[in-house]
Amino acid sequence: MSGDQSGGENDRPETGAFFARDRAWHPPAFAPGYKSSVLRSPQKALLSLDGTLSEITGPVFGHSMLGELDNDLIHNFAKPGESAIGERIIVHGRVLDERGRPVQDALVEFWQANAGGRYRHRKESYLAALDPNFGGCGRAITDGDGHYCFRTVKPGAYPWPNGVNDWRPAHIHFSIFGHGFAQRLITQMYFEGDPMIWKCPIVGAIPDRRAIEQLIAALDWGNTVPMDARAYKFDIVLRGRRSTFFENRPEGN
Amino acid sequence: MAQDLGYLKETASQTAGPYVHIGLTPNFCGIGGVYEADLGASMVNDRTLGQRITVTGRVIDGAGMPLKDALVEIWQADAAGLYNSPSERRGAADPNFAGWGRSPTGADDGMFTFETVKPGRVPFHDGRLMAPHISFWIVARGINIGLHTRMYFPDEAAANAADPLLARIEHRHRAETLVAAGRTPNYVFDIHLQGEKETVFLDI
Repeated sequence: MSGDQSGGENDRPETGAFFARDRAWHPPAFAPGYKSSVLRSPQKALLSLDGTLSEITGPVFGHSMLGELDNDLIHNFAKPGESAIGERIIVHGRVLDERGRPVQDALVEFWQANAGGRYRHRKESYLAALDPNFGGCGRAITDGDGHYCFRTVKPGAYPWPNGVNDWRPAHIHFSIFGHGFAQRLITQMYFEGDPMIWKCPIVGAIPDRRAIEQLIAALDWGNTVPMDARAYKFDIVLRGRRSTFFENRPEGN
Repeated sequence: MAQDLGYLKETASQTAGPYVHIGLTPNFCGIGGVYEADLGASMVNDRTLGQRITVTGRVIDGAGMPLKDALVEIWQADAAGLYNSPSERRGAADPNFAGWGRSPTGADDGMFTFETVKPGRVPFHDGRLMAPHISFWIVARGINIGLHTRMYFPDEAAANAADPLLARIEHRHRAETLVAAGRTPNYVFDIHLQGEKETVFLDI
């Protein structure tokens, strides 16, 4: 797991604590428009703690764990010679920290519904059909520049039992590991121009419009491959670390 | 006006949703053949150093019902108190112990399970040793931002009494929510999201 994490002299592992999370930027735990948050949100205040070794460290995954098709959802569940049905797209971007530095060796995992909005999950009962050639999961590890990419089909919108007539916008779920357990993040990526974004109670749990806009991937015409696949660009920002101007040492040492 | 600090904003969190297992434990939810094994399903091998323990528990909502669609991850030091991470500068951790695990609560009983080792003690900022603990991170449908907490051990009373984080909990009876039940080698750590028995969650 930690096999190829050694960097050169110039990228010594960072050991500073993370910037405090801006919890007015993230959605609050209790967001009554999203009904299932009502009984699943803590009511007491969080206990604040400047990161100790337990929070500033975290697992780092080696590129060797990846299979050849791990970042190709069009083919990683398809029968030989076949492929998933839907709009072919490439999703790519960079994982950066709040200081704008690339996060290399970040594990990025993603999952999604198929082109008709149907998930491959036993608890899913939506009547749209499964695609026999689409599983819906993939993963990638960022390169030295913090870059990741994968190809997939554009997911469809799907209805869910919240309000009487609530539909999720087309979205891809992302899970990201940086270098510290305190950076752990799960989020959702939306698509530029989708009018459903502004009707969704899950999106609407985010209080700041700029934070929502940061979750919307832009159509990336420059990277669109003619006669093959359109591209969307989605950059992800993880928490930054304090610079260790002064090593943190116990008094008296 | 002054110079712009130039910092970016962290990407906002969103719920993992009810189908988080498709992405993070696909084999568990019946999507076979994409990955060989689910990541984080196994934490120890024959050569891992330290005392083997099992940690089980449930994630319980404000109405007392266990979640069957949650995903729990843990992160901990090895038996010597070292983290298997590039940011660990005190020495090399046990190469046969990654320190990280992932478990769904999707089974019928809503239990998560980790087969791991008991962690050694790790120093706090000021050099005092923290009591042995395991860091937890919980996501699920209805949880907008992942919840961090810690599990401590019931048979470490003296170390727990001197732990800098536990000491910071103002309402003393709430510190008990971070101490597992059971006894070596089987510990039970139920996480209450809301209500009277609400677990202490951390802003770390």
